[in-house]
Amino acid sequence: MSSVLFDIPGPKARARHRLIMIVSVVLTLLALAWAVSRFAAKGNLEAAKWTPFLTGDIWINYLIPGLINTLKAAAISVVLAGAFGLFFGIGRLSDNAVIRWISTVIVEFFRSVPVLVMMVAAFGLFSFNRVFEASINPLAAVITGLTLYNGSVVAELLRSGVGGLPSGQSEAGLAIGLTRSQTLRSILLPQAITAMLPALVSQLVVILKDTALGAIITYPELLTTFSQIGSYKSNPVPALIVIALIFIAINYLLTSAAAKIEARLRDKGRATIAKGTIGPPNRVDLEPVEEALIAADESVLHERYRTPDK
Amino acid sequence: MGELFSQYNVLGAFGITIVLTVLSALGALVIGTVVAIMRVSPVGFLNKLGALYVNLVRNTPLTLIIVFCNIGFIVNLGMSVSDDFARNNLVWATIGLAFYHAAFVCEALRSGVNTVPAGQAEAARSIGLTFGQSLREVLLPQAFRGAITPLGNTLIALTKNTTVATAIGVAEVAGLMKTMQEDRPDLMVPIFLVVAIGFVILTLPIGLVTTHLSQKLAVKR
Repeated sequence: MSSVLFDIPGPKARARHRLIMIVSVVLTLLALAWAVSRFAAKGNLEAAKWTPFLTGDIWINYLIPGLINTLKAAAISVVLAGAFGLFFGIGRLSDNAVIRWISTVIVEFFRSVPVLVMMVAAFGLFSFNRVFEASINPLAAVITGLTLYNGSVVAELLRSGVGGLPSGQSEAGLAIGLTRSQTLRSILLPQAITAMLPALVSQLVVILKDTALGAIITYPELLTTFSQIGSYKSNPVPALIVIALIFIAINYLLTSAAAKIEARLRDKGRATIAKGTIGPPNRVDLEPVEEALIAADESVLHERYRTPDK
Repeated sequence: MGELFSQYNVLGAFGITIVLTVLSALGALVIGTVVAIMRVSPVGFLNKLGALYVNLVRNTPLTLIIVFCNIGFIVNLGMSVSDDFARNNLVWATIGLAFYHAAFVCEALRSGVNTVPAGQAEAARSIGLTFGQSLREVLLPQAFRGAITPLGNTLIALTKNTTVATAIGVAEVAGLMKTMQEDRPDLMVPIFLVVAIGFVILTLPIGLVTTHLSQKLAVKR
């Protein structure tokens, strides 16, 4: 309940809220009943369509192998995307204009191409050029697509994490005589990665969900098993619902973990970057700081050497 | 590269992508706004219902939703909106995309509301504005401005996610790309570049416009 928008309700408002609640409960139940009756009319509620999920057979032969493939693709992609993101994230913060420019183009490019397009392209490239054994191609394509996209997102998060730190942090680093890259490595990055933590965990959900795209390029992941189960037990709709519930359960756990980490960081008074707000480019600009330092130095020198003359 | 354009209807496929994007964006905006209103309403039940919707949809893979639209609604229930096979698939893909992205639109709008400091509402109340007035004159204009960036990000994600509609047989870009790859494996890299650059051209302006708008309309605090 958002206390910003509403006053604490008085007796009249409470009565009105109760009325709205009753009406909406009734409407929701009606809608649910209608949907259930439609699906029941096609026999989707028959016990025979659901009991297979109570037997070990379906789980051991279909769902669990599928889930393992999903988790495998996600886990490998997470590691590779982390490396990709760290590399190009630092590249985007580089002093060297060429490195910065190349990193920016790579990150922005892979961020704006759909993951599925990258998977399809990688699958085509791998199988046409016989890069891997035929059986590994789908997995390799899924991982390639997920790594390129999510790595770019991580790079972007890293940059906005560094950009979101108070300018005093980099100024302090420079003031105690660290070089720019030392400042970045030992002062800015550790804080930025902490700030990114909730957003990174949320990104895990995105990766896990996007492994389901593998179904389109014949990777045998969790979603793919629905057609096998469906034709085996002729219950495609219940199979899809069970698979959806597995996905929702895992992702819900990850989402709540992200929220918990964020709340804990906030309690400690640390900054976090809200997800979905990776905004305009705002590279940490150390230039003015350095110029100010040099200018200060020069004026000191001038003072020192000018005074004796007079 | 010109070969690809003359041999295949690349622009037509991108046209379908754009149609999918626009239609599902409108649908997602409508559903998302309704859910967002439920989420911020003082009625406990609506609030929980909205939260349930967002949590269920946000944690389900889009591919699964699109496949469900096909297997569940078209095949199993036989719910067709049009006799034309292609159009039916397009409509159901739009519905799936709209329902999926509505959860993100809802969260974007809610995060916009959350950018408004409590002092603004208190100030509006203390100068005697009614609930409607304070919403209209003080809170919603600020909330909308705060929601521009996340809404823009959702629109960009939606544009890219229309490719998943290939799972339901809509003739959009990702499907065409598969066909082109099978016919012309020698042009693998140009095919990827054409499709990829097409998406860059589609999504880049959205990002630029929302960035510009969010900066221009930023609320100074």
